Amino acid sequence: MQETNCYHCGDLCEEVITFSSHSFCCNGCKMVFEILHSNNLGNYYDLEKNPGTSQKNLSKRFDFLENEEIVSKLLEFDDEETQIVHLFIPNIHCSSCIWVLENLQKLHPLIIHSEVNFPQKKVRITYHAKGLDLKSIAVLLDKIGYAPYISSEDNKSKKKRSNKLLLQLVWAGFAFGNVMLMSFPEYFEVKEFWLESYKPFFRLIMVVFTIPVVFYSASDYFISAYKGLKNKILNIDVPISLGIIVLFGRSLFEIVTDSGQGYWDSLNGLVFFLLLGKYFQQRTYSFLSFDRDYNSYFPIGVTKILDDTEENIPIDKIAKGDILLIRNEEIIPVDGILSSEKASFDYSFVTGESRPLFKVKGDKIFAGGKQLSGTIEMEVTKDVSQSYLTQLWSKDTFQTKTDYLSFTDRISKYFTIVVLIIALVTGVYWYFTDASLIMDTVTSVLIVACPCALALSAPFALGNMLRLFGKDGFYLKDGDVIEKIADVDTVVFDKTGTLSYSSSNTISYEGEALELIDKRILKSTLRISNHPLSRGLYAYFDSVSTIDLETKNEVLGQGLVSVYNKQEIRLGNIRFVSNDQKAGLTNEETVVYYSVDGTIKGKFVFSSKYRQGLKELFDKLNEQGKEIHILSGDNANEEHKLRAILPENVFFSFNKKPDQKLNYIQNLQKQGKNVLMLGDGLNDAGALKQSNIGVAISENINVFSPACDGILSAEKFKKLAIYIGLSNKTKSIITISFIFSILYNIVGVCFAVIGKLSPVVSAILMPLSSITIVTLVTVLSYLIFHKR
Amino acid sequence: MGVIYILIIVSILIAIFFFIAFVSSVKNGQYDDLHTPSIRMLFEDELKEKK
Repeated sequence: MQETNCYHCGDLCEEVITFSSHSFCCNGCKMVFEILHSNNLGNYYDLEKNPGTSQKNLSKRFDFLENEEIVSKLLEFDDEETQIVHLFIPNIHCSSCIWVLENLQKLHPLIIHSEVNFPQKKVRITYHAKGLDLKSIAVLLDKIGYAPYISSEDNKSKKKRSNKLLLQLVWAGFAFGNVMLMSFPEYFEVKEFWLESYKPFFRLIMVVFTIPVVFYSASDYFISAYKGLKNKILNIDVPISLGIIVLFGRSLFEIVTDSGQGYWDSLNGLVFFLLLGKYFQQRTYSFLSFDRDYNSYFPIGVTKILDDTEENIPIDKIAKGDILLIRNEEIIPVDGILSSEKASFDYSFVTGESRPLFKVKGDKIFAGGKQLSGTIEMEVTKDVSQSYLTQLWSKDTFQTKTDYLSFTDRISKYFTIVVLIIALVTGVYWYFTDASLIMDTVTSVLIVACPCALALSAPFALGNMLRLFGKDGFYLKDGDVIEKIADVDTVVFDKTGTLSYSSSNTISYEGEALELIDKRILKSTLRISNHPLSRGLYAYFDSVSTIDLETKNEVLGQGLVSVYNKQEIRLGNIRFVSNDQKAGLTNEETVVYYSVDGTIKGKFVFSSKYRQGLKELFDKLNEQGKEIHILSGDNANEEHKLRAILPENVFFSFNKKPDQKLNYIQNLQKQGKNVLMLGDGLNDAGALKQSNIGVAISENINVFSPACDGILSAEKFKKLAIYIGLSNKTKSIITISFIFSILYNIVGVCFAVIGKLSPVVSAILMPLSSITIVTLVTVLSYLIFHKR
Repeated sequence: MGVIYILIIVSILIAIFFFIAFVSSVKNGQYDDLHTPSIRMLFEDELKEKK
């Protein structure tokens, strides 16, 4: 069999569609190619090979953008003539994407300009408001494969706080360079005339440059130290602030009394390196959000039916008694009662039950489920904030994260005390030996003991590892999470969607043997349906070719029926397939029955397909000595299968509702355990927040994942144990670099105690220690990462 | 050597001028996205064949 790859997205083509001498895997990809080519945007394919993403899935609907209220919240600028919108496009992933999105004006004449922000995966589009509306833009973007992801969360503006740090850093660096130059002449202690007469001028300049450094650039350290002391905590900022104040005070004193040149360059260098470390630690993944809650899971707008007309309204305007129209694959926004005859819903993401729920007219339906049976109508009984599930997720029990003291802060307690003792001892010694040197030596001790290098170890080690993890598909909220992971002793896994793939299953067939002709008929029947089970079965008959059938029909929520050679073939649930209305609908397993002319021939049983590397991962976690638990919202029918593949001492819990999962984690923590939880859906949201570390596993990191400390790309699932091991090693790296920085401190203190800490020595020692620590930490973290 | 006063003051003024220019470019948003411009400048201008 010849293997062809789609020219647009690179996927393997099951059915090859040829157009303009290229092969495509589906009509969607072919259409994007047509659109781009006919608008002279063929360059899209020249920049990268197979730059598109697969268009096999259904296109999205943007009807809610017809509502003016919603649109006005989303626009960045609107003056009736021109509008500007800033959209998040998850599919942006390569230079071709940037290219096509910045050439949108070729696709539509009313688009004026568009600019992409690649790290944030956003595009800012400016367009003529008269004649073009936001909905058309969204539809156009969807057509070329770059549908925007619009959620209510995105309206909140993220303030640019990192700008302040950048400015503080820049001034510190600017001052550092200039002050170093200005202090050079005095290093050499040469008593030349010209030097003496210009000394006051140089010193003045140094002071002027340094004052903003102390009062602006270093201000955050003082504030943090003050806050810590108020709460009786000695964090690392206390000795740092102490060091800065003593440095500044002593240098001023020396200049005013003309007893020395001061330590201006050390002071500036100190602040500069510290801020550099802080800036480095502030890395974020600007295209990911670790704080998304249920609000961004729900749609922004929904269709309301009022006297036979359909109207789009924002989700917060839904009132009790409204009739809503919910289309296929849309999410139910509120609790209500089903008005249509029947419907089926998928609540797996929200409650953890993987089997679709079937409801009939008059049944209560809850918010959050995905609707699977075409278009239905429902009557609203509660508004959004009153829905059962919304109430569940806004519980305040989710908020109890204890204050965490980082490794650095824990060490700083002892550090400060030791330094103060040394300073005291030095003072006492010199008081009895040569009282004139007390100020000199005591202040020198306080200066040199400033834990600049100590404070740099963690930011650089964690920042580096954070970046390396991200490249490998493991995105963490910030560097501190790495330290927390190193302390974990218990790992809890959700089952559905986490241990198992959410979209594919293993299918086994029980019943009369299927001939080739039967397989061909079944495959052809399945072709018309988009139901997840149909798609799964369709793939099951991979090697078989299709055949023409006389008729084929899908009865939504029930099954498929087709006719071949005057025989009626049915696929679906047991009632549909056998015309036996009394047969019980089993809710135990997912089963699709197959019948010919009313006689059941067999059934297809779907069971979860577990992720690759599951056994190895669990074995490795065992080796690391971690206790393993599995929590599931499903029933226990998969238990025997799991017990067979997994090591012996794994704990299982089934039928756990979302709040029961949270309680389970709480119980473990009461036993003193440090828990890492891996989950995927909103049903895990509470448990993820409660755990010491919550990691969301995601097949597509751009789509919603619940609030968590980290996001793990699904294909890297088996590497979880490796990441835990690396976090441990990172902690070791930090310890090693602490030892080195303390060695430097000891050397410095030796100089200080005997009164020989001249400005030159200090100016050499501090940058030297900082640079060597940073290099050491960076090299070590690269080494352990690449040796994994 | 008195000219050193003038030299140093002038060079500091120039340095401060550049510093102010940098700060205003940061406030203007030029440093928000460092990655996209690097790719953008590699795009070729198209030949206007049909004009």
